[in-house]
Amino acid sequence: MIPDLGKYAGAVLGSYAVTIALLLGLVAVTLWRSAKVKRALAAQEARMGQGDG
Amino acid sequence: MIALLARDLALAVRAGGGFGLGLAFFLIVVTLVPFGVGPEGGVLARIAPGILWLGALLACLLSLDRIFALDYEDGSLDLLATAPIPLEGVVTIKAAAHWITTGLPLVAAAPVFGILLHLEGAGFFWLTASLALGTPALSVLGTFGAALTVGLKRGGLLLSLLVLPLYVPTLIFGAELVRRGVAGMETTTPLLMLAGITAATVALVPFASAAAIRVNLR
Amino acid sequence: MSIWEYANPKKFMQTSAWALPWVAGLTLVTLIGGLVWGFFFTPDDYKQGSTVKIIYIHVPAAMMAINVWAMMLVTSLIWLIRRHHVSALAAKAAAPVGMVMTLIALITGAIWGQPMWGTWWEWDPRLTSFLILFLFYLGYIALWGAIDNPDTAADLTGVLCLVGSVFAILSRYAVNFWNQGLHQGASLSLDKEENVADVFWYPLVVSITGFVLLFLALVLIRTRTEIRARRLQALETRERMA
Repeated sequence: MIPDLGKYAGAVLGSYAVTIALLLGLVAVTLWRSAKVKRALAAQEARMGQGDG
Repeated sequence: MIALLARDLALAVRAGGGFGLGLAFFLIVVTLVPFGVGPEGGVLARIAPGILWLGALLACLLSLDRIFALDYEDGSLDLLATAPIPLEGVVTIKAAAHWITTGLPLVAAAPVFGILLHLEGAGFFWLTASLALGTPALSVLGTFGAALTVGLKRGGLLLSLLVLPLYVPTLIFGAELVRRGVAGMETTTPLLMLAGITAATVALVPFASAAAIRVNLR
Repeated sequence: MSIWEYANPKKFMQTSAWALPWVAGLTLVTLIGGLVWGFFFTPDDYKQGSTVKIIYIHVPAAMMAINVWAMMLVTSLIWLIRRHHVSALAAKAAAPVGMVMTLIALITGAIWGQPMWGTWWEWDPRLTSFLILFLFYLGYIALWGAIDNPDTAADLTGVLCLVGSVFAILSRYAVNFWNQGLHQGASLSLDKEENVADVFWYPLVVSITGFVLLFLALVLIRTRTEIRARRLQALETRERMA
């Protein structure tokens, strides 16, 4: 499955792993904060009795 | 404008922080370096230009947060902003006062501290020249950082984080000038670059600082 | 119909809600496609062996690191001149993405440099400039975080972005002067002579497209979050006043 990377396998796999981890982390933080703010805004709007937004 | 300069200088001297503290800090840095890297003269002579420049830079940083903070707290910055002189002028004067109280003593003391670090012959001249040319830029850039953080309660650390990257070009050309001077290499390029950066900084950055102060006073 | 209509937060929210699924979907396709193509289906370089595969993340990340800052500069200028809130918020939303891209470029560069140059880190002009760029991102993000009033924060970070851009470029030339580098020239340029070979080039282009789209998707989501956060703040203030 994984191509033969020769003696540099650690370097190549390491870079891909670090990059994917960092990007996934960034996406996760972004989505998490987005969901949190969205929920807080919805709650606030419901409390103030206006459903628009 | 001269009155403002005199007032800032008097305040700095009376507060005691100006002349003394920066120099003492510079001396401490220079004293600590041999403890860190060992006492061999050869090593010290090699790193002396860089250490002296770094020490000057950090000593300069130390007093930046006071440039506008006191005036902001007691409200005199609002008065200065509405005064007949433009705010850009006020910023320039403030930078000049900061330079006279911090930069100028550093320039004067650097050769003496150079002896402690085994700086070589031609190095003394080039060190003094490069600091004299470079430190005004440090003060003016400092006003920019101080202007950005003037409204913040604890802006000291943030101020360093904002200002230090802006110091990179000055530091590079300043230390390179001394290094080349010591090695007897061609010095015109770093000399002109250092002078050019300082000139451009002094001419343009006060506009950015003044803009930042106006935002903070809004 | 002018581009400035998107400066209206409501209009921006509508358009971005429509565009987001498309951008996100395309991001998945191109990013995964480019990386899988690069990782599994490209030959090794005769000199660099399999480490050439790192190019498919290093080069796009490095390009984005610089271009994100350029985008922040443009949006900051739009905010400072025309005072469109969405523009300032987009700059705020983009900064962490740019910082992560810079970090990826630095880390993958170090991992690549270890077997190739025999060292993790070299004070090479390109590496050093990226480190300085990373510091600029840190300062910019820290300033956003430190100021409570959103308009003040937008103004001050905008000015910082302008001054920072000038000094980032200046640092680039200063660093060039200070040390000659190990880093090879541009991998991509209009000058065909300098370019990498076609086998590496096509997956690289797909991968770059993936990174650009990923950035776009993230900035859209983050800007939407910022707009909602602003509205939330406004509503809370109004409630406290009432």
